[in-house]
Amino acid sequence: MAPKTPPTSRIELLQGTLDFIILQALRWGPCHGYGIVQLIRAQSRNVLQVETGSLYPALQRLVRQRAIAPEWGVSGNNRRVRMYRLTTKGRARLTAERSRWQQLSEAMAALMVAPEAEES
Amino acid sequence: MSILEWLPWVRERRTRELADELRAHLEMAEADRVARGESPRDAVASARREFGNLGLVQELSRDEWGAAATRAERLGQDVRFALRMLRRAPGFAALAILTIALGIGATTAIFSIVQATLIHPLPFPHAERLVRIEDDLVGIGARDVGMSTPEWHDLQRSGIFEYVSPTWFDNNNLTGLNHPQRVGLLIVAPNYFTLLGVKPQLGAGFDPADATPGFNEQTVISDGLWRGAFGGDPNILGRVVQLDSDSYRIVGVMPPGFQAPAQTREERRTEVWPAFGFAGAPLNAATVQSRSSLFPGAVARLKQGLTIEDAQQRIDVLVRSLSRQFPGEYAPRSDWRVRLVPLQDNVVGDVRQPLLFLLGAVALVLLIGCANVANLLLARATTRGREMAVRQALGAAPAQLMRQLLTESVVLSVLGGVVGVAVVLATKTSLVRLIPDMVPRLNDIAVSWGVLLFAFTASLAAGAIFGLAPVLHLRGLDVTRVLKLEGRGATSSGEQRRTRRFLVITEFALSLVLMSVAGLLVHSFWDLLRVPLGFDPRHVTVIRTRLPYPNDSTEDLYPTATAEAPFVREVIRRCRALSGVDGVALGSGAAVPLDHPQQDQTVVRVRFEGDASHGEQPLFITGSEVTPEYFSLLGMTLVRGRLLDDFDADEHPSVAVINESMARTYWPGAEALGKRVRLTRQPTSWTTIVGIVADARTESLASASAPHLYTSLYQRQGKHLAIFLRGRFETGTIAREVRDEVQTVNSALPVFGAETLSDVVSDSLAVRRFSMTLIALFAITALLLAALGIYGVISCMVSERTHEIGLRLALGAGQWDVMSMVMREGANLAIAGAALGLVGAAIVSRAMSNLLVGVSPADPVTFGAATVLLTVVALVGCYLPARRAIRVDPMVALAS
Repeated sequence: MAPKTPPTSRIELLQGTLDFIILQALRWGPCHGYGIVQLIRAQSRNVLQVETGSLYPALQRLVRQRAIAPEWGVSGNNRRVRMYRLTTKGRARLTAERSRWQQLSEAMAALMVAPEAEES
Repeated sequence: MSILEWLPWVRERRTRELADELRAHLEMAEADRVARGESPRDAVASARREFGNLGLVQELSRDEWGAAATRAERLGQDVRFALRMLRRAPGFAALAILTIALGIGATTAIFSIVQATLIHPLPFPHAERLVRIEDDLVGIGARDVGMSTPEWHDLQRSGIFEYVSPTWFDNNNLTGLNHPQRVGLLIVAPNYFTLLGVKPQLGAGFDPADATPGFNEQTVISDGLWRGAFGGDPNILGRVVQLDSDSYRIVGVMPPGFQAPAQTREERRTEVWPAFGFAGAPLNAATVQSRSSLFPGAVARLKQGLTIEDAQQRIDVLVRSLSRQFPGEYAPRSDWRVRLVPLQDNVVGDVRQPLLFLLGAVALVLLIGCANVANLLLARATTRGREMAVRQALGAAPAQLMRQLLTESVVLSVLGGVVGVAVVLATKTSLVRLIPDMVPRLNDIAVSWGVLLFAFTASLAAGAIFGLAPVLHLRGLDVTRVLKLEGRGATSSGEQRRTRRFLVITEFALSLVLMSVAGLLVHSFWDLLRVPLGFDPRHVTVIRTRLPYPNDSTEDLYPTATAEAPFVREVIRRCRALSGVDGVALGSGAAVPLDHPQQDQTVVRVRFEGDASHGEQPLFITGSEVTPEYFSLLGMTLVRGRLLDDFDADEHPSVAVINESMARTYWPGAEALGKRVRLTRQPTSWTTIVGIVADARTESLASASAPHLYTSLYQRQGKHLAIFLRGRFETGTIAREVRDEVQTVNSALPVFGAETLSDVVSDSLAVRRFSMTLIALFAITALLLAALGIYGVISCMVSERTHEIGLRLALGAGQWDVMSMVMREGANLAIAGAALGLVGAAIVSRAMSNLLVGVSPADPVTFGAATVLLTVVALVGCYLPARRAIRVDPMVALAS
């Protein structure tokens, strides 16, 4: 892989989280690959940085799983680009994953609190 | 999309799109950076850096396309590589592809016949429930004697069948058109089409519930007749036509392509289906109620859920109880049985075995072809040994090389298959014309998807079979040894030589099996051609006509033999006057030798006077009615007594001439002359046997003798008439002249079916000739392939041993020594193959014994001749390389 120095403030993504994040990014409408990277970075307040080496395979995977569908569109500077849009199946999956994540993050939060309580 | 993923061009397009997408990503990133104020050069560099390794991203993304697609891509590579390899060796590729094309093409052609006739179900819904009902009298050896009206009713009510319909094939005169036309018709019960499950394309057809006794004067006609005779008139329904001067209303036209399920080619040409209640006029009440007056047979549809075995069991029970119930009608000695035959089997009839045999033979040819290609591939594997070794040394996994080799052979065989099928498709119409029309369902022969699937599977299997040889050889490849042999030319390993020898021996054995089988068939056919016929078919032409048989007997112009006699005499008088005609005779349809579709065969029920052993038991004997000139015209020999003469007519005592076989069978050790029999169609008077003629092969060329009884056409009338003419004339011309003469006497009569008796004789051998010719063709192909195989092996051996041969020659070995060394090698292979082949041939020939006539399945002459021929061809195959061996220049060989 090409040399790169990720900022220390950014978090390496958990396995399997990327698909969820992509679906989440597409929830407001179709977007191309570059746009997805920007969206995720912006929405995570510059914390999450998606590598292209992870993004594009994930997009192909989601297409294969029929969670998203590719279509040709035109970018801001009038270039023909490939856009991805959530399918009905993808939307359903997003809903399911979201509640799973909610539970997980609540559980994580609880875990984070508990040991401190014990320590005190 | 996932289904299409494996298509190479789909994959290529997706790869292009992905690259485009990634480029767009980079361009957008650069544009953003420029907009943020970076210099274009810095923007490009930093965007690249942030993006990472483009190639890797592409590869990772493509990995997501699924394993199937990756495999397909790899297969694509292998196939492309294989094609490149084949292009580099065009001679080898052409020979291999042609060999396979020959095998696959021939196999596919035969399979398409088998598929149409044997495998493809009859084109009716739930055809597996359709049966033909045949009545046998086992006790007196009579098969399929027919069924009576009461029996039909018994079966209808038995609860075993959904429908039962008698069927009765006949020829009839369709009149009221421009000229009378002879049509084949099948008299059926009104439920016949409902039984089959087919509907007319026009009209409602019969009402299956219609039980009008007798002929119900409605008829359904074929599409061909509708278009031909009625010009496709859309208002045909309700039109009245005359069949034998009876009026029938047309109530339906069958769809195009509908063919009556039938065993004989005549019955398959049925064009008219009149409905019949099988009770009432014109049948007299006694006939209808009697269990011993029979109509030809019946078809039926089994009740749903009943297997044919279940149905047969229930039939057996029913038949036993009926036999007990009517002891007078079913004499215990005759042992009445009712047999259910799947309609499919009945239609296929006698061609099943010859067809399966042909399929087996052609499969052998394919196998031999496979062995040959395997040998070619092995020879190439030797020369490619270096390539394989180098690739292996460079790190190619053996599995990868094997896959590559297997792909090459499958590509070869699929190409061969494509060529073979293409040839079959291109020549299909002429191929079908070669098939004798005795083979049923010729119309259904098609290169269907099933046939194509078969061809494809056969190609793949062939490729896998012959591809195995080089693959197995690869396992034994010693990389270092091969690489060390640089410049020495290629040699094969011991294992490889063994494989090649084994292949040639197999080829020999298989071709010997084919040759012996072909030899036996040819021998048997040859014997049949030379069998003494007992009659002379040369210069005899047969032309047919048919007298009307109206339902209302009062309308019959020719109700009796006496009424018919003036017509017969006038026809004879007029025909004799035609130029070139030396003799004329008339006879019933059954009098035409070797032309006995079952329906035309007059089965006479005979009771013997004062014969306790036969008693009141009627016997079924084939018989014919002829005019006195018949015997001399056909050159049949009188053995004892006298022939029929012109006085055997009118009120003179009824007489008959029988053949020796009948005399032998029914009056063994006694004089048959003067004995009297009672023929059922004239139950009141006795018929005296006045003469015995020598047996002639009139029933079948294959069977030496069948009892036959000849009566005078002037005493017992016939409706189906054959006019026999002896002389030198042109068949077409004489047919027109005879038609004019006959129609001068009665303009309503059709005259048709002119053919020479020699053609009739030859036609009776059509299926036999067809399968024999094909098998002989296959055998010759097999022989050539085997010769090619041994040539290849010996050539290869010679070129591998050039060095050694050179050394021997240098050390003083004579040319003869070298020659005999090489020939011995070949002879050993041939002998081993012949030994194996003889065993195989013995097994196969026993299985085909009933296809043979007059030849023992273990005929030593045939087996010997086949072995000798094969050995000679093998030795020729060895001689050419052997000659090359003795020309080896010792100096050159040793220097190399």
